[in-house]
Formats: sequence, C-alpha cells, structure tokens
Amino acid sequence: MQPSDHLFRREAGRMVATLTRVFGVHNLALAEDVVQDAFCRALEVWKFRGVPENPSAWLLATAKNRALDVLRRQRTARTFAPELRRLLDSEWTLAPAVEELFAPNAIKDDLLRMMFSCCQPRLAEGAQVALILNILCGFSVNEIASAFVSSHAAVEKRITRAKKLLATSKRLFDVTAPADFATRLPAVHRALYLLFNEGYHGASAETAVRAELCHEAMRLAALLLDHPLGPTPATYALSALMCLNAARLPARVDVSGKLTSLFDQDRSLWDRELLTEGIRLLELAASGSELTEYHVEAAIASVHARAAGAEDTDWAAIVSLYDTLMSVRPSPVVALNRAIAIAQRDGPERGLEAIGAIEDRDRLAGYPFYPAALGELELRRGRHKIARKHFRAALALARNPMERRFLHQRVGACERGDPPQTAILEPANRLHREITG
Amino acid sequence: MSEFTFLFRGSDPTAQSPEEMQKSMQKWLAWFKELGAKGHIKYPGHPLERTGKVVRGSQKSVHDGPYAEAKDIVNGFTLIEARDLAQAVEISRGCPIFDVGGSVEVRPIRARECDAAE
Repeated sequence: MQPSDHLFRREAGRMVATLTRVFGVHNLALAEDVVQDAFCRALEVWKFRGVPENPSAWLLATAKNRALDVLRRQRTARTFAPELRRLLDSEWTLAPAVEELFAPNAIKDDLLRMMFSCCQPRLAEGAQVALILNILCGFSVNEIASAFVSSHAAVEKRITRAKKLLATSKRLFDVTAPADFATRLPAVHRALYLLFNEGYHGASAETAVRAELCHEAMRLAALLLDHPLGPTPATYALSALMCLNAARLPARVDVSGKLTSLFDQDRSLWDRELLTEGIRLLELAASGSELTEYHVEAAIASVHARAAGAEDTDWAAIVSLYDTLMSVRPSPVVALNRAIAIAQRDGPERGLEAIGAIEDRDRLAGYPFYPAALGELELRRGRHKIARKHFRAALALARNPMERRFLHQRVGACERGDPPQTAILEPANRLHREITG
Repeated sequence: MSEFTFLFRGSDPTAQSPEEMQKSMQKWLAWFKELGAKGHIKYPGHPLERTGKVVRGSQKSVHDGPYAEAKDIVNGFTLIEARDLAQAVEISRGCPIFDVGGSVEVRPIRARECDAAE
C-alpha cells in the first residue's frame, strides 16, 4: 500500500510529543533522536518489505520499543519525567506504564500539552510558531526557512534557542488544569493564527508550501476544539476564520503561484464545504461576552463569502466591521483595509482621504500594498500617471516573486490605460521579520 | 533468465527531514513496484542492521563490526532476474540510492551445473 501524504511528518509530531512526555521535557533532544531512528527503520524495512497494513501503528510501536530500551539502559545515567519516576523505575510497572502513555487518547493530550508548552510567554511569538512547526508539524529547519523565505542559519539559531528554553522548563504544560489552560489559550490562538497567516499571506512563492501551513494550523485548531476545555468562543471564531479564508485559497493563488485579488477571483473555485463549516463555526462563536479580533475578521470573511461577486458585497457592513476591528486590535494594516472598504462604499476620493488620515501610516513605509492601494485608487480616478508611480514604488518593496508579478501586472495596466480594478487587501499580520529576527 | 543479487551500500538517511525520508521511501516503493511489474524481482530481500559480529581467522575470534566506512557498508540486498549482466546493470540504474550518494553492487549468482545445461 501507499502511505498517506505527509505521514512521516504528521507522525513526527505525535511521536515527539509522547516521547517527550515519557522522557521529560529536558530530554526533548533524546525524544527527537528516537523518532528519527524510528523513521530510519521504517524507511529501511518498508522499502524492502512494503508498507505495513497500519503504518502509523508500526511507527508508534517502533518508537515505543525504542523508548523502553532507552528507559531501561539509561535510567541510572539520566533522570526522566519526574512525575512518572516511580512507574518507570520498576521493571514491574515500566512496560504497562509506557503502554498506557502510548494509548491513542494519551497521545492526543500529548500533542496539546506540547502545543501549549511551545507557546510559553518567555518565547517571542515568531519563535513559538517556528517551534510548533518544527516539533509538532515535523518541518525541518530547511523546510521552515524555505516556507518563510529566510536563511537556514537564522531559523536554526531561533529554534535551537527556543528548544533550549523549552528544555529548561520543569515539565510540560498541564492541559487538565482549567485556570492554567484558560490563561495560556490566547497565546496558543495567536500562534495558530500567525501560522495560518504565514500560509495565507506568506512569503513563499510555492503554493503547495503555503497551503500546507494553512492546513497545519487548521489541524492543530481542530485538536483544540476536541479538548474538553478547548472550544471557547475565541477558538470557534479562530477556526471559523481559518475555514472561511482557506475556502478562498484555490481562487486566491493559481497553480503557477499567480496572486489574484479578491475582486478578480473566480468565486466558483471557492470551497463550498469549508465556507459552510466556517459559517457554522462562526455561529458557535457567537456566545459569551468576549469579542476577539478573530470574531471580527471571521465576520468580515463571512460577508465576502456570502456575496456572489465583489459588486454585490455589503461594503457598509465591512466598513463597520473594520471600525470594530480598529477598536479591538488597531494596526495601520487594518486601517488601510478599512480605507479600501470605504473607497468601495463611497468612491476612491473618500478612500484616499481615509488613507491620508491613518495616524501611524509611516509604519506602512515598507509594506508594498500601501503604495499599491494608493495606486489602485488613483487609477480609479483616472490618474494613470500617478497610479503608475505608486505601483512602481510598491514593486520596489515586493517581498517575493508572487507579489512582484502581481504588481508588475498593475504597472502594465496603468501604462495600457486598462479599466481599474481593486486590489483588495486582507488584514495581514506580517510575521516574516519576527521569525528571522 | 539469470539471477543476480543487488547489494545496496551506503545510504544514510539520518540527515533527512521526515518529509524527505518519506519521499525517499516512496521512490524506493515505486522502483520496486516497477521492477515487480516487469517480472525482475526474484525475492525482494531484506535490510540489514548496520553492525553485527565478524568472526575471523583459524581462532574463530569474534569481533564487533563490520567497521567499514558508512559508504561501504552493505545495508540490504535483493534478488533480481534479468537476461544478462548488462540488463541487470541497466535495471540497477533506476535505484533511488544514487540520490543519497549510495551504490549498488550487481553480482551474478553463479548457476548450478544442471541449470547451465538447460
């Protein structure tokens, strides 16, 4: 049989999480070695003997046997998980204890435990995301560096440092204590949100890589929804946001990596199932008193999702949602998006005024879609020359081939005097600099 | 048809990410599948552990090992059926081991006298 796509990568997260629980978080590196070893064995054996009936079970059993081996041989030289010490010390209890630790439900908790541990406040947000990708999603340093278009050395340094810090914590995060869980949950939401956004708005020119980041974020968010303490209104809102945005992925970037603005997307390519799921989750999010940025962003995405075309969009609703977002989590990028929605509602002049009124717009100086928005609105006023100047400025700021191509095409449109279109932006929280920083 | 053994040497997957390892395995599976479909596989063979014991000399002394260089260690074998050595060599060229700097040793299995007379 054929193993499913990304089987090894998926299993890597589960296995490292469980082994870290068994060995203790200070032995993270040992857990990673054991997992690497299990993959080597699978690679060697399967290529000659074929893939077993249940490859995940095979990998897990191999990791478990290796773990028992390590526990027996090194228990005098090393200390393992302190809370399991008594069980692991005696030959009578060792095997049954390890057996229990590798049970399916225990493993699910281990993944969450690791996810919450990675989101500890002493780590910068970018480091948390890199750590989650490395440990829980099985991405290598190289793969992370390529997904974030940054250097191997920078990512490696960041991950090595983060792991060292993680290894100094006494134990993994306890996901059964409601108070601790609730305190750490916002950081976990934020990391998953950034992970998703890196896929959605990110720097990698490879469509497949970006979609993978989105899927990983959604997979981890689904784990949260599955835990008794996980499904808070904010978790539902975040999951809704991911579904609604992911539904547009097939139309947003085509197979050749060409970026298409919301206005020009072929809406028949939107994933109906994800849209329905997103709307369902958004309804579930509408309880309690807490209004998060995820609620507002998901609501904006749902307005787009409900419109048959750009011209049918309820722009007044979108402007008012951006007003709300500005009060929940203000940022110049959000203000820029608000200005574009105003332009849609009231015309390009009002949009340009709104852009001019963005207080901290100097923070947008390096953001290519700032001059691109100016260009688009000037173009709509028929001022091709000025529009072209803005798009050329945007082009100079482009961060990847995909953006470059998109903006290049807009410069061309000004030169040819094409009818205007609107390059709509979506609230992006750029992570790139944080990751490499 | 004649029989050959392929001895696989020196593929070291330890430096690869899970994704790369899976890709590498999938290449091997595809290669084996193709050979099987063409009727070239007499016996798929087995992987071998990196080390074991080496028994040597008239004293039959037992040593740990083999301590060869990683690139020289045999880590698996397969029995192949092919028309002749030239075809067996051609078949070996599709092996994914070359992507990771390994090698395939193609050795004809010496026919028994009665087989040769057939």
